[in-house]
Amino acid sequence: MLLTSLIVIPLLGAAAALAMPSERLRPWLLPPVAFIHLALVLAVIAAPAVSTGAAMLELDGLGRLVLLVVSLLFAVSSLYAVGYFHNHPDWTNRTFVTCLLIFLSAMTVAAAARHLGLLWVAVEATTVASAPMIYFNHNRYSIEATWKYLLFCSVGIALAMLGILFLAYAGLHGGATEQSLQLDFLLQQAPLLSKPWLRVAFVFLLVGFGTKMGLAPLHTWKPDAYGEAPGLAGALMSGGLTSVAFLAVLRVVQIVKGAGEAELANQCLLGLGLTSLFIAAVFVIRQRDIKRMLAYSSVEHMGILAIGVAVGGLATYGALFHVMNNALAKGSLFMSAGNIHRYFGSKKMCETQGAINVLPWSASLFLIGFLAVTGSPPFGAFLSEFTILRGIFGSGHNVLGLAFIAFLTVIFIGMSHTVVTVALGPPLEQAPSAEPQVGEGFLTVLGPLVLLGLVLLLGFYLPEPLRRLLTEAAALLEVQT
Amino acid sequence: MNDPTTTILFVVILLNFFLLGTSRLGACIRVVAAQGALLSILPPLVHGVSPHSLLLAAVALALKGGTIPWLLFRAIRQVKIRREMEPRIGYIATLLLGALTTAGAFIFAERLPLLPEHLHSLFIPASLATMAVGFLLLITRRKAITQVLGYLVFENGIFIFGILLAEAMPLMVEAGVLLDMLVAIFVMGIVMNHINREFSSLDTENLCLLKE
Repeated sequence: MLLTSLIVIPLLGAAAALAMPSERLRPWLLPPVAFIHLALVLAVIAAPAVSTGAAMLELDGLGRLVLLVVSLLFAVSSLYAVGYFHNHPDWTNRTFVTCLLIFLSAMTVAAAARHLGLLWVAVEATTVASAPMIYFNHNRYSIEATWKYLLFCSVGIALAMLGILFLAYAGLHGGATEQSLQLDFLLQQAPLLSKPWLRVAFVFLLVGFGTKMGLAPLHTWKPDAYGEAPGLAGALMSGGLTSVAFLAVLRVVQIVKGAGEAELANQCLLGLGLTSLFIAAVFVIRQRDIKRMLAYSSVEHMGILAIGVAVGGLATYGALFHVMNNALAKGSLFMSAGNIHRYFGSKKMCETQGAINVLPWSASLFLIGFLAVTGSPPFGAFLSEFTILRGIFGSGHNVLGLAFIAFLTVIFIGMSHTVVTVALGPPLEQAPSAEPQVGEGFLTVLGPLVLLGLVLLLGFYLPEPLRRLLTEAAALLEVQT
Repeated sequence: MNDPTTTILFVVILLNFFLLGTSRLGACIRVVAAQGALLSILPPLVHGVSPHSLLLAAVALALKGGTIPWLLFRAIRQVKIRREMEPRIGYIATLLLGALTTAGAFIFAERLPLLPEHLHSLFIPASLATMAVGFLLLITRRKAITQVLGYLVFENGIFIFGILLAEAMPLMVEAGVLLDMLVAIFVMGIVMNHINREFSSLDTENLCLLKE
């Protein structure tokens, strides 16, 4: 019942946004919907999990974790959105606000889906709902980004559908009397699945959902899409959508591990993870566009998540904790980058230098957000990355551990150059943009501030219910023998 | 060859070749629609007449054979283009590639570990061949609209494979899949319209501004 309202309320909000005539009032629809959603999510998580074993929609530990992340991020973003559109009363926001709410609903379905087909439908719905958000600026650049995003992700997700069908065939070929793609059923039947079909299915599913997640080398849409999307959409996609796609990958990993093919899953994830770290390290150096830089940082963090899950044990726990830290920190960064972008009318490093002189809050938040996302102490991301590292070294993967540290260091140094120049560099003589400059408002600063505060808090104190949730979620990914 | 499913799948494969060889966009859209409509008849033929298979067929027919082609026709009317000019690889070459991949699909399907009842049916090779042709269209054509058609053909290929496994997908999910596709095509149609307005052409070669 609660779960249904979690899905329906954003949809009702979307219908209201579509019908509302006033451009000025429409963004105000977002916070009430978002906070009701958050309150209901907290209520759902507080209630003990009941598994019926055959439901289409149900929240297990992993689903709860991702839903919490998404809902939290969306709630803060809704405040930012109000401030953002308040500064630009002349922009039409009907499509954007409507799509935001549909996007929230689709992500909720994806987090709760217990049927692979339904999961696919929800993930594809997020693609379709987020494409108009990328196109928000209506110029040549954003149209190219939108087209690439739509085509890449649609084809990618079509491959995932093929993977799902192969999985169904694996069941059929393995001699199952009953056909179903219900997750509990699949997990129970996993040892019976036909091995060759299962392996092919895994590869296709990993490629499909990996495209959505933005793991290198399937990440090529990411810098374009995040670079051209408004900061708000970037925040929700890099924090929320990638977490949902990661969840989809984890569902597949659960099944494959249940079938005794953990080795294959781990090696594929490890390969993609290391490639992501490598690509991020190469492209983040001398990156002159702040939003593209953040996109490569997102590729990096997806790589970290993949490696964490591949190593298993303690590192899995760290990776799940990292989902939360990454989402919050990345959300904060995209919001403050959005403020900088709006003020200067540019997202190039050389045109936004010395932002701290004109945007003291946003520039400081951008700088601190960078420290948080690269895993500097005392932020939560430091703890989660450290946990993953302990997991890596603890399981004897010393070379991997050293490579991991090396890549993270390179990325830290690469990003620091751009970030420090933008925040603290010598200011330009005259503003390059002819557009009226929009300063920072209370709400557009509050959003990134709250998110950073949460990441900082997680670095010092992990609430007991959250720790239990993480442990419960990590246990779902262990091989059951 | 008396089996209607075999005939339908055979026609679907032939339609693939027509798509690879023609430059008229209107004809391409019609052929993709015909392909989708033919495929939507298959579920009741394979699984027998049941509410599930009939509804699936009806929804697939309405979307693949009706709404989606209508959306695409509207899109090309708005942007006033008729032909795909200068594909990245010529028509003859893509036709040859299509023939090679189709042959490959048949050979490959023989080697797959299939259930006995699927071993000599056309389903698996037709599905693989259609997917391959969809990919070829996606890669070799430059107009945004032909890329969308490629995506649709690819989806048709997946649909063929999905028919074998219709029992695993509840009707609601199946409808959701088709609905998602419809909305995706709708959004792509809007984006195409904007590409045309911005660049006065649907050529995706224009989309090369974003780089490092």
